[in-house]
Amino acid sequence: MDWGSIFIDGILATIGPVTAAYAISAIGLNLQFGYAGLLNFGHVAFMLVGAYGMAITVDFGGPLWLGIIIGILVAMLLGFLLGLPTLRLRADYLAITTIAAAEAIRLVVRSSWAEPLTNGVFGIQGFADSFFSLNPFPPAELYGIGSLVVTGRKLWVMIVGWTIAALFVFVVHRLMKSPWGRVIKAIREDEDATTSLGKNVFAYKLQALMIGGAIGGVAGMILAIDQQNVTPDAYLPQITFILYVIVILGGAGTILGPIVGAVVFQFLFFTIDALMVNAQADIGWVGDLLTPAAAGQVKLVLVGLGMMVLMVFRPQGILGSREEALIDER
Amino acid sequence: MSDSHPMADVAPEPGVRKPDPVLVANNLQRSFGGLQAVDIDHLEVQRHTVTSLIGPNGAGKTTLFNLLTGFDTPDFGEWHLNGGPLVGIAAFQVARRGMVRTFQLTRSLARLTVMDNMLVAAKDNKGEGLWGALTGGWHATEQANEDRATELLERFGLEHMANEFAGGLSGGQRKLLEMARALMMNPEVVMLDEPMAGVNPALTQSLLTHITGLRDAGKTVVFVEHDMDVVQEISDWVVVMAEGRVIAEGPPEAIAKNRAVIDAYLGEHHGEAAT
Repeated sequence: MDWGSIFIDGILATIGPVTAAYAISAIGLNLQFGYAGLLNFGHVAFMLVGAYGMAITVDFGGPLWLGIIIGILVAMLLGFLLGLPTLRLRADYLAITTIAAAEAIRLVVRSSWAEPLTNGVFGIQGFADSFFSLNPFPPAELYGIGSLVVTGRKLWVMIVGWTIAALFVFVVHRLMKSPWGRVIKAIREDEDATTSLGKNVFAYKLQALMIGGAIGGVAGMILAIDQQNVTPDAYLPQITFILYVIVILGGAGTILGPIVGAVVFQFLFFTIDALMVNAQADIGWVGDLLTPAAAGQVKLVLVGLGMMVLMVFRPQGILGSREEALIDER
Repeated sequence: MSDSHPMADVAPEPGVRKPDPVLVANNLQRSFGGLQAVDIDHLEVQRHTVTSLIGPNGAGKTTLFNLLTGFDTPDFGEWHLNGGPLVGIAAFQVARRGMVRTFQLTRSLARLTVMDNMLVAAKDNKGEGLWGALTGGWHATEQANEDRATELLERFGLEHMANEFAGGLSGGQRKLLEMARALMMNPEVVMLDEPMAGVNPALTQSLLTHITGLRDAGKTVVFVEHDMDVVQEISDWVVVMAEGRVIAEGPPEAIAKNRAVIDAYLGEHHGEAAT
């Protein structure tokens, strides 16, 4: 067993652009779920429309910056359309609508009917050239310490991704420390009481859904830019649930929870992954027992087990306050 | 209280006109399926009084509260606050116009601090808009609100809890917080839905003092209550509902002797055999 390379694989995945994208997406979900109490079970759809909004714009000859703006606007529009009919109703209506809409959108995007726009299952590639042309690092050069190295190309996406993550942490922090954020939290606690205090609960919920959605859209774009590729099947429903794991793991309703959650989740996930690949190769009986396909399942089982242990011993997540978690609803 | 004088000439009969009504409802109706929950021909609430709304379970008191405050929509009818019609006005706007309600089951915002519970009720804070929240410039308003909240918390004996989570308060303290929070909005009419439910006798006295204090501070209080003794003690006017209708109204002394009220509370045959 090569423990050094196992940890290096884990750390590389943890600091990489995918983790940054998940962290950003989780910041959006945390605003909706952790602060406003909105059960958005289709967060991946915001990532999808953000990424496709950008990719399609560039594909049709538009500049990348316009694509990014359009991606954000489309994600906000999706939040508006999903929220308009459901946010006046009980919380579970939003949950059902978002989970169904997310799958419906993915299936429409991959259908042959939408091919002129989305190129169906093949997706759109090579839309981020102008992003990489801004890269100050020689793309093939290696940066890092010892065997912990990334290419200049990766480094550029990482720096931009984590900078955006930091920016959103700052924005959400500023929002949640403001009276606006106080109303959002009040709505999470009791909508009727907040209404009785003269607050337009519907408008606030819609705002939270749209802002969280826009942040999710940006996360989708970073994921797409990193791969220079959008395909519909990169936006499966389980991504939404991985994001929930990240938010709850880090501590729902905390400012840095999504970042910590994403980092811890990705580190554990990829370290376990590398560990199992190593064990299969080096330990005879493990290799006999676990086919690569089975190893993927076992990895998820271990993650699920970890989540359960966390819920038992630290239901408030890594950064959540225990005092707050122990308050019962009424 | 000199304010009770204008009421001296008002006849104790259902739907009677009052000299200076703050709240007026006309032909207000609400049914749930076949059940006529509220069916009121005419009702006025006199300004600067404590008006209590009593009646047996299922009389439609809470439904009436919900209708008047915009939390429910009537099938029919109209009502005014200070002459301004409230038909089709959303609940949050009714609150902003000066009619604030509390709930039968206390609704503290559990994972907000007591102080935040108070501050969230303050009106016209530009930091509550998205743009204002991002650009700032709301701290002066916030400071003024905090000062006012502290004063109110002191009045209700909760100032030492200001930084605790509201979810950590006792049931009685939550009732006090809910009342203090409603006052944060500077309401003209305070609608209290069973403020005394599930509260120990000592706290009941304190709540009653606060309620009469509200009237003396120039507010109009409408509150729902079951306990006749409580009602007798603090009400300027009593409205009795049964089966969705106002069956009697008048000063508390008159209501206590009213035949229709006794019948509604105890059943029409209470004079015969006890069951």
